[in-house]
Amino acid sequence: MVTGDWLDVGALVEIPLRGARTIKTAGSDEIAIFRTAGNKLYALVNRCPHKQGHLSQGIVHGEAVTCPLHNWRISLVSGEALGEDEGCVPTIPVRIDAGRILISRMAMLAALAAEGEGACTEKAAA
Amino acid sequence: MLAPTSRERLVVIGNGMAGCRAVEEILARDPDRYSVTIFGAEPYVNYNRIMLSPVLAGEKSFDDIVINTTEWYADNGIELVSGDPVVGIDREEKTITSQGGRVVGYDRLLIATGSDPFIIPVPGKDLPGVISFRDMKDVDTMLAAANQGGDAVVIGGGLLGLEAAHGLSLRGMKVTVIHLMPTLMERQLDEAAGWLLKTELESRGQTILTGADTAEIYGDGKVEGLRLKDGRDIPASLVVMAVGIRPSTALARTAGLAVGRGIHVDDHMVTSDPAVLAVGECVEHDGQVYGLVAPLWEMCRALADGLVAEPSGYHGSVTSTKLKVSGIDVFSAGDFSGGEGAEDIVLRDASRGVYKRVVLRDDKVVGAVLYGDTADGGWYFDLLKKNEDVSEIRDVLIFGQAFAQGGGRADPKAAVAALSDDAEVCGCNGVSKGQVVATIENGACTLDAVRATCKASASCGSCTGLVEQILAVTLGDDYAGERAVKTICKCSSFTHDDVRREIVAQGMKSIPEVMQKLHWTTPDGCSSCRPALNYYLLCAWPGDYVDDQQSRFVNERLHANIQKDGTYSVVPRMWGGLTNPKELRAIADVVEKYNAPMVKVTGGQRLDIFGIKKDDLPAVWADLNAAGMVSGHAYGKALRTVKTCVGSEWCRFGTQDSTGLGVQTERMTWGSWMPHKFKIAVSGCPRNCAEATIKDFGVICVDSGYELHVGGNGGIKLRGTDLLCKVATEQQALDYCAAFIQLYREEAWYLERTAPWIERVGVDYVRSRIVDDEVGREALTSRFLYSQSFSQDDPWAERAAGKDREQHAHLGEFRPIELLAAE
Repeated sequence: MVTGDWLDVGALVEIPLRGARTIKTAGSDEIAIFRTAGNKLYALVNRCPHKQGHLSQGIVHGEAVTCPLHNWRISLVSGEALGEDEGCVPTIPVRIDAGRILISRMAMLAALAAEGEGACTEKAAA
Repeated sequence: MLAPTSRERLVVIGNGMAGCRAVEEILARDPDRYSVTIFGAEPYVNYNRIMLSPVLAGEKSFDDIVINTTEWYADNGIELVSGDPVVGIDREEKTITSQGGRVVGYDRLLIATGSDPFIIPVPGKDLPGVISFRDMKDVDTMLAAANQGGDAVVIGGGLLGLEAAHGLSLRGMKVTVIHLMPTLMERQLDEAAGWLLKTELESRGQTILTGADTAEIYGDGKVEGLRLKDGRDIPASLVVMAVGIRPSTALARTAGLAVGRGIHVDDHMVTSDPAVLAVGECVEHDGQVYGLVAPLWEMCRALADGLVAEPSGYHGSVTSTKLKVSGIDVFSAGDFSGGEGAEDIVLRDASRGVYKRVVLRDDKVVGAVLYGDTADGGWYFDLLKKNEDVSEIRDVLIFGQAFAQGGGRADPKAAVAALSDDAEVCGCNGVSKGQVVATIENGACTLDAVRATCKASASCGSCTGLVEQILAVTLGDDYAGERAVKTICKCSSFTHDDVRREIVAQGMKSIPEVMQKLHWTTPDGCSSCRPALNYYLLCAWPGDYVDDQQSRFVNERLHANIQKDGTYSVVPRMWGGLTNPKELRAIADVVEKYNAPMVKVTGGQRLDIFGIKKDDLPAVWADLNAAGMVSGHAYGKALRTVKTCVGSEWCRFGTQDSTGLGVQTERMTWGSWMPHKFKIAVSGCPRNCAEATIKDFGVICVDSGYELHVGGNGGIKLRGTDLLCKVATEQQALDYCAAFIQLYREEAWYLERTAPWIERVGVDYVRSRIVDDEVGREALTSRFLYSQSFSQDDPWAERAAGKDREQHAHLGEFRPIELLAAE
């Protein structure tokens, strides 16, 4: 079911457990959608706040992903770097409906715009 | 009995658990208010649908699961119309029409139509012998099929599917469960519990296929089998679809009521028409639909309160689940998928087959998954529903109610102190608490000392925590604390060596199994332990272990090197550093065709093509494969290159054919996974042009034979090799090389290169295994070659042919989202 702002971007089964897939956006960054072992979905702008590594290619564990470039751990929930590191990547609401992945289009555009300024959605709003 | 006309007329559509329960609740509050008529589609009185599984399993009869007998309807003046479903509602006239032509007027209408089984739209779904598992008729069909014997397929590894499979299995059918998701009951269980469940069911003779997608059901006139999308074919005389249910809303929708996923109701179960109520699985309340029985009771209470008593209101339900399969205890409740601020407390007791996980947020229980021991399920669920602060009992929460509210509450150490001296601490070695205490009092002040002296915690290690607590209790302030030996990561109290040893000793063959048996403290590990476990299992069980892609670093998953800008570099193998016009042409073509901005000769004498986009990788591999080139594994914890000099064929100083030996060595060793990257070089004379003395394995050819060098490293910490030995023939050089690699593969820690490994174990040890022990060396060599018989497949060829294709493509088939200008 697609209503208004929610875009259907694919089937849940297209993402393996503890895996990720990306969504291409025109002229801007990709969005990475992660599926945890607990079967939860999260969407983040696909750039590590450290050196712009593609988070979609990292190892997913618990509610975090480890960036493939320099092993920063990023919370899938908040987009914030975990441990000693500091930084944040915008997160985007995503949900599952009848096995389909729905993502908020407006939030995605906002996140991509905010990302250009190097800020987080939440922090920008605060 | 009062005359019907003096009462309001209540018509109930649905003679199931919700409809009848609602009537019971209403009667309990005001037995004289309504004259009640109940319509049921099935030709039975009201029975307990969730007990169909025990009926199928032969543990109960239909009579045992009847909730309300014919007498109940009669005693309460209820008119039951069974076997005649309602087909229409006229809200203007306030009447309903049944299939049999009855027209009945109502003052209040209650819709309790429940839900319909979801039938997946595959070819053959309508064949005789393909059924759902929803009502008594389905059970009768299954029992009839089971009497004929034969094979059954159950589609759906959820609660219902597994119960159906269990029943059919007990009735003597050979059962295969097809589940689309990677783990069973993924909505109720986490991966660890799902794995335990699968293992248990398989040991009972069921075949469980996860990640299996049904393509079609086939048969001539009746079902004969089922085909999966990957081509597998499973013969079956019965196919049960138990993939889920959906609210039965057709009637309500036709009548013009507001319907989303279910019939919309407010807190008093009133639909968009004030004269019409709805309850049970057919409704949607506050965006939620429920497929379990507990919410239904709460809804019925709210409905009756709203109708005949003080309105109380329904405010949604927290649900818990149990699987009704005899001998398997599974419980889950609330939200166990983690999330921000969620903390996991995990207890694994492998020998008892117990797994418990309680999820906390802000010191409150938000979810629980229990496997094997569900005695405390109710208690956790109670804590969850009451939203109680558990910070006081957090330390002992996972041990259950008796412990948390008993003696151990104040201090977990007190529980250990209270253990009697003859209590067994270490099951593997039969060591009692008294013996451990005596060992400590005799001077063993560390865990390792205890292990060395009385053997407690020296085998499987599951009692390690207990032994450490005994150390702390016995020594008091003198206890130095946790042991100095580094564990594999924060998820485990085991060292790399412990893990490797136990994988082999216990025959463990999957990551969830290791995590269960070795008491991992996290549900699915971390980015440190998962790749390590994947490697250890791969090394221990060549040809047997199923590689876990999600536990590999990106380079190994995509078979290319990730670069800082997110593009990849690709290195084709050039055996011994040799190449030819065809290969060079293919590389040049790839560089042009895919606009690679740079090509570079690597330190290992290969050509590295930079700047390839992820989406282009399969095409690049296909082009290189077409020229006969395979992956150089320049990306993996694997054998990289064999560097050579030109040797005796051309060089004035060359003593042997170092190029030829290099090619042979690479042909033998390529494709093997290692604890870390592994480099080899062969130099034709002591001038060492191939720089063999800073490689993991180096050969320096001399007049009289071959010097074998090991443990060199040109990395951050430069290390020259140690001379292992000298051998006389090329074949010996190859055999020793294989033996050395295998020793390293079997004994080094993951991410430990040969240089630190050799410094840790000593070069004398390596010599004792490779040079002094001829039988041992030959065994190592043959184990390496056996392992290689499975690993020398070119990963590029498989990917070029389409394997893991989805890893390169963007999700979905939709066009890129435009970033529109605001104006």
